[in-house]
Amino acid sequence: MSVLHTLTDPFSQTLMQRALLEVLLLAAVGGTLGCWIVLGGLSYGAESLAHGMFPGLVLAALAGVPLLLGGAAGILAAALAVALAARVGQDRIARDDAIAVAVTTLFGAGALLALSPDVPVGIQGLLFGDVLGTSRADLLAGSALVALVLLALLLGHQRLLAVGFDRDGARALGVAPVAVDALLLTLLALAVLVAVQGLGNLLVVAVLVAPAAAARLLARRLVPMMALAVLLGALAGVGGLYLSYYARIAAGASIAGLLVATWLLARLVARASSIRKGSAVRTS
Amino acid sequence: MTADPRGGVRGAAADSADRAGGREDARAPGEDPGCARPERTGPARQLLRAQGIAVAYPSGQPVLQDVTFELTAGERIAVLGPNGGGKTTLFRALLGELRPAAGTLELPARCASVPQTERSRLDYPVSALDVVLMGTLPNRAWWRRPSRADRAAAQAALARVALTEHADDTYGELSGGQRQRVLIARALVQNTQVLLLDEPFSGLDTASATRLEALLQTLAGEGRGILMATHDLEQARGWDRVLCLNGSQIAFGVPAPTLTHDVLAATYGGAIVTLPDPDGTAPHQAILPPHHHHHDHAPG
Repeated sequence: MSVLHTLTDPFSQTLMQRALLEVLLLAAVGGTLGCWIVLGGLSYGAESLAHGMFPGLVLAALAGVPLLLGGAAGILAAALAVALAARVGQDRIARDDAIAVAVTTLFGAGALLALSPDVPVGIQGLLFGDVLGTSRADLLAGSALVALVLLALLLGHQRLLAVGFDRDGARALGVAPVAVDALLLTLLALAVLVAVQGLGNLLVVAVLVAPAAAARLLARRLVPMMALAVLLGALAGVGGLYLSYYARIAAGASIAGLLVATWLLARLVARASSIRKGSAVRTS
Repeated sequence: MTADPRGGVRGAAADSADRAGGREDARAPGEDPGCARPERTGPARQLLRAQGIAVAYPSGQPVLQDVTFELTAGERIAVLGPNGGGKTTLFRALLGELRPAAGTLELPARCASVPQTERSRLDYPVSALDVVLMGTLPNRAWWRRPSRADRAAAQAALARVALTEHADDTYGELSGGQRQRVLIARALVQNTQVLLLDEPFSGLDTASATRLEALLQTLAGEGRGILMATHDLEQARGWDRVLCLNGSQIAFGVPAPTLTHDVLAATYGGAIVTLPDPDGTAPHQAILPPHHHHHDHAPG
């Protein structure tokens, strides 16, 4: 079997072609938005939203309505629960505790619903995603949402940058930090909604955090960081599909595993590079 | 913003009457205290004028009351006061973030602010030029990206603060003095006549401080008005005027006659210490650095 055949064979099927497009979409949205999530310290928020939306997904599966719809309702409910929980605590730790309790409660409620005998088979698809089951309609809806997120990021870039750099200073520049926060959280909700189809409720956060966290270790400017994050996300996504195809393991888990491996590799590279720089400074 | 119907510059007699009677009482019911553009008044162009203003946060008592001062072109005013005395609140009012609850504020369309460098993130992946470009945000529609002209203006502002060669350096890797100058360049690129600086000298070494003082002098010499919040009494004595705040205005005027022991005591309370003069002729006052008030004692 030639190398070319090894590379092209998996994508001879429509199912894999759609999966490829889906992972590239996820890489684009995860890499760009992920940089703002990582820089803004919102990784925990992203995970909370993703897990908290689970009951919405299960209810959609039970009612037989599109998952996108259930996911949207679930995210709204999760955002509300997280916002209410955040008001409970006086300090960050108390707030995080309250959010953890709220999110676990929502996730537990989703699991309880999922165990009901009426739920159609394939509930694990909600938890771990089903990138190979991406339909044409999923791709179209996903593309539209990703285009919307990328456009908003492009237009809001300078304001996101100013608020992230210094909130008070941004306010003095006429930028409303609360509006920028709201924009970022809305985009995060949209991205979770897109990504949950492919990677599932449990693994979605990997694509939103890992490539950006890895790129942050290697890039010194935001735009190169985003470009690198998209590239790493795409490599992990495509690599995950190959792994899934040839090793016959779940695609979502393969992709998530490679995303985490990318971050670990970036850490090693960044560490080696700082050690080399350190020794260069010492010997100069 | 609604213009105050009495906007513009008024006579000294009216001013003193307002000071004595209190602005809130003088205001007609329902009258909206607000901002109006200053009028040109002869050679010393007035840039900013506060007339008996009180500033409050959306809920609660006024943080700052009865503040009356003006800033003219080329003037440097040091704003003195303890932490929580109202310096930052005054700046927020001048920036339009808080509306005066009473009194009249006449100021140009925008003031530019130079925040403390500690407030900005040093781990952010931005260059000095990126930070200065943020200063073009107020003059640009929200959907527009920085134009070539914006970039040129940002480069020119960096050149004004002698940081051209550091334009591409990461902001967090610059020295404290350089970071402060980047933030000043960000204010300069906004092309406003009034600069508000929040303790710009804190944490600077002597060489950086000297350089910054010279830069501020040059900027004032070009006709800008500068308001600087500071804890450094000695530095304030070298500026054109001082504004002492502690919940309300304690004093405003030329430093030497204004900074009396009584004024300093009213401004800083017990935080005043008297130091012997180096030449032994007269003692002078200094304030304890703010961190002395909030010292955390480790247990044990």
